Amino acid sequence: MISAGIVIVSYIAATILFILALGGLSNQETARRGNWYGISGMTIALLATVLGVVTQNYVELFGALLVGGSIGILLAKRVQMTEMPELVAILHSLVGLAAVMVGFANFMDPSTHFSGVELTIHDIETYLGILIGAVTFSGSVIAFGKLSGKIGGKPLTLPGRHLFNLGLLLAAFWFGWQFVVQSAAGDGMTPLIVMTVIALVFGVHMVMAIGGADMPVVVSMLNSYSGWAASATGFMLNNDLLIVTGALVGSSGAILSYIMCRAMNRKFFSVIAGGFGTGGGATVSSEGGEEQGEVVPISAEETAAMLADAREVMIIPGYGMAVAQAQHIVYEITTVLRKKGVNVRFGIHPVAGRMPGHMNVLLAEAKVPYDIVFEMDEVNEDFPDVDVSVVIGANDIVNPSALEEPNSPIAGMPVLECWKGKTSIVLKRSMATGYAGVQNPLFFKENTRMLFGDAKETLEAVFKAL
Amino acid sequence: MKIGVPMEIHPGERRVATTPEVATQLIKLGFEVAIESGAGAAASYSDEAYQAAGCELVKSRKDLWKEADLILKVRAPDAKETRLLRSGQTLICFLWPAQNPELLQTLTERGVTALSMDSIPRISRAQKMDALSSMANIGGYRAVVEAAQHFGRFFTGQITAAGKVPPAKVLVIGAGVAGLAAIGAAKSMGAIVRSFDTRPEVKEQIESMDAEFLMLDFEDEDGSGEGGYAKVMSDEFIKAEMALFAEQAKDVDIIITTALIPGKPAPRLITAEMVKSMKNGSVVVDLAAEQGGNCELTEAGKVVVKHDVSIIGYTDLPSRLATQASQLYGTNLRHLLTDMTPEKDGQIVVNFDDEVVRGATICKGGEKTWPPPAPKLTAAPPKAAPAPAMPVVEEKKSAAGPVIATAIGGLALLGLGAVAPASFMAHFTVFVLACFVGYMVIWNVSPALHTPLMSVTNAISSIIVIGALIQISSENDTIKWIAVATLLITSINIAGGFAVTRRMLEMFRK
Repeated sequence: MISAGIVIVSYIAATILFILALGGLSNQETARRGNWYGISGMTIALLATVLGVVTQNYVELFGALLVGGSIGILLAKRVQMTEMPELVAILHSLVGLAAVMVGFANFMDPSTHFSGVELTIHDIETYLGILIGAVTFSGSVIAFGKLSGKIGGKPLTLPGRHLFNLGLLLAAFWFGWQFVVQSAAGDGMTPLIVMTVIALVFGVHMVMAIGGADMPVVVSMLNSYSGWAASATGFMLNNDLLIVTGALVGSSGAILSYIMCRAMNRKFFSVIAGGFGTGGGATVSSEGGEEQGEVVPISAEETAAMLADAREVMIIPGYGMAVAQAQHIVYEITTVLRKKGVNVRFGIHPVAGRMPGHMNVLLAEAKVPYDIVFEMDEVNEDFPDVDVSVVIGANDIVNPSALEEPNSPIAGMPVLECWKGKTSIVLKRSMATGYAGVQNPLFFKENTRMLFGDAKETLEAVFKAL
Repeated sequence: MKIGVPMEIHPGERRVATTPEVATQLIKLGFEVAIESGAGAAASYSDEAYQAAGCELVKSRKDLWKEADLILKVRAPDAKETRLLRSGQTLICFLWPAQNPELLQTLTERGVTALSMDSIPRISRAQKMDALSSMANIGGYRAVVEAAQHFGRFFTGQITAAGKVPPAKVLVIGAGVAGLAAIGAAKSMGAIVRSFDTRPEVKEQIESMDAEFLMLDFEDEDGSGEGGYAKVMSDEFIKAEMALFAEQAKDVDIIITTALIPGKPAPRLITAEMVKSMKNGSVVVDLAAEQGGNCELTEAGKVVVKHDVSIIGYTDLPSRLATQASQLYGTNLRHLLTDMTPEKDGQIVVNFDDEVVRGATICKGGEKTWPPPAPKLTAAPPKAAPAPAMPVVEEKKSAAGPVIATAIGGLALLGLGAVAPASFMAHFTVFVLACFVGYMVIWNVSPALHTPLMSVTNAISSIIVIGALIQISSENDTIKWIAVATLLITSINIAGGFAVTRRMLEMFRK
């Protein structure tokens, strides 16, 4: 048993280590060290709590720790890099669930004694912790379902969904009030359970209404929520370590959501309100009226010849590359081309894929060196010098109408301007529109060639031809 | 429908309208293909190859013309061939209706449906059938090869043990398809290439081929006419242009002229004086020889040496690369036929709603349908209408918004401070500071590491496990077991989050 003072000092150390862990991610060299800081922080916090606070039930404690830990490590080992968004989503749901359970357990704990304003504040903290936790939980489960394809990617738009949300919000307020009042009288379980159900429904409905293209925002938003849930729990337990860590995670997720929204030129609120990519896109593209023209197909052999003759090649991956698992063959092509003296670079749009940084992780998995992988802003100016841009399973992020058509639903979204290069080769399964449901004029540009087929198979053919 | 491909009988014509490869594709469209025996011989396509592709070989020319419903040719039919055509037959080849009004008249009278490959409108959709471009491309390439044949030196500069060789200087006048092909070919042989064109928009294309664009010191007059072709220029412009050529003639070794204006005789650009001023052994290749020539001394179809300068006036440059030319021309024809056979049943439909077919059809069922109405789109966008200033939809952000928000936030904080106990405010301070620290730290995270960031924050947000640990020692069994369950799921998260982050970060390497 160690003293409370030492526990607190350990918590301070853990806090600092967590901040260093996040700071370490500022570049690839320090990132691995950062992860170790995080692991040490967590270990210190756990040890201090086990040694300083826990008094009995060690068997259950270590049992749960071991079982959970093994499951976690197994999950982390088994997961495919393309399934990373799903894994992150399901892990978020666990944090949400934990917040709910800690909240309920704390409320049921007879050993906590508060009165007056302190009781009210404590009740509000409990209530908020459970509320945010429940929304995170059900939202993450739905996000997991959507990302893994168990639930359709199309946004569910109930009639009057904004009113429905507003109703849920008001109900949550009312039951919160009821809870505080009843809790003062030594009761309050009923409103707490009702509110939890409402929060769960709200989480489901919120994520159901969001379309596939907005998934990066959803995932980072849920990341943020899981932080706020931890923070609220910290307030409830009067524990600064939880408050600080939760706030760090919460602001991290919030910033990520903001970056993702900016990358799509969308307002955070309109993403949350949902319904992107339903009716709007279709009507606008037909209003566009004018004939789109004809696409020029190209064969894998011709693609190989063009790549071999090029001096500057830009590869623009999108979600399609992840779906086709084509990152390895992309890298093999890259190696061959680089040996031939072709300068191959990768241009990554911030919202490519289903999660912030998704493409980077896939390319890293395929061992693409990170110094040839660039962000959109770093390469967008270079396109006039690029001989061949290869767009692999991306659509909306290379759509010129974002810049050229003020009526387009994606107008103003920054895009990779590959059409300014000499030639763009677009790998695509069909002429279907992207998640935004907008037709892409890039495909009809004179310097665009379409290579139809599964990205992996066609790239393998290209690789053979090289 | 039966397609007949006769041998080209024009003297010196080596091309053929269909290659075995194209024939295979045509058969897939449902056509029968008959070819005159020996038609592809001059272009190195043997009768056996055609047979292997599924074509029927026809010995007699007359039988071929009689049996076929659709005749594919390269050159326009001469008087003898025209007599073999019958009413209801369709003919597709180069017909040049503007230059050959009598032929057009005869074809119309015979009730033939004739599509002229040179009349296909220049729109993006029809690029794949644009036989003029594919022939011009070959012509430009061949022009350089012919020039090299008659030029006594290297194209490329070299420094050898036997002394220094200066690179040849090539001037290409007119940077259309042929001109650009010539620039590319000459450039790849190592020559210094300059080019001139009256249309300023091709400057970029010339420079993209690494050639030098010769600027004319003249206030801008745009030489772009309808359909992306050149037009006749003003007298002053021509004067300035001629001065430029006179000056260049003294300097360059090879001049390749490709200047043509549709429906007009070729402009005279290189005078006898200029030829005289050129160095001995220089070469002029005149791609406009058939239309009268850009050079005063050109003799169509011949190579002449005047003032010690070889002047090449071949009018059959594409035919001199017959294999390549037949392949490209055949493919152009196939693309046209693919569009005209929507059902893929071997029956062509002359659909006048199709802009391309309408443009190419010069007569149908005894009626003259040439010239067609002007095409809707030109290759070069019309420059007359500058893009209308896009209405800037700017949401008026009222300055009051953030002020009000800040005020409300401040008031809420004040209200909170007024009622909340000191212990809460201490935690609240920590919370607000932590948010700011998070804000500062996260902005520095490299975008490439956003996924590891999410998995690591996910792992550390499981710090909520502390809550479970605090509760696990509870005497109350329900609380204890809830705590155990919480511990279980959070430890999944801790181990999984850190392990997967580590796995991802291991992959990032230089």
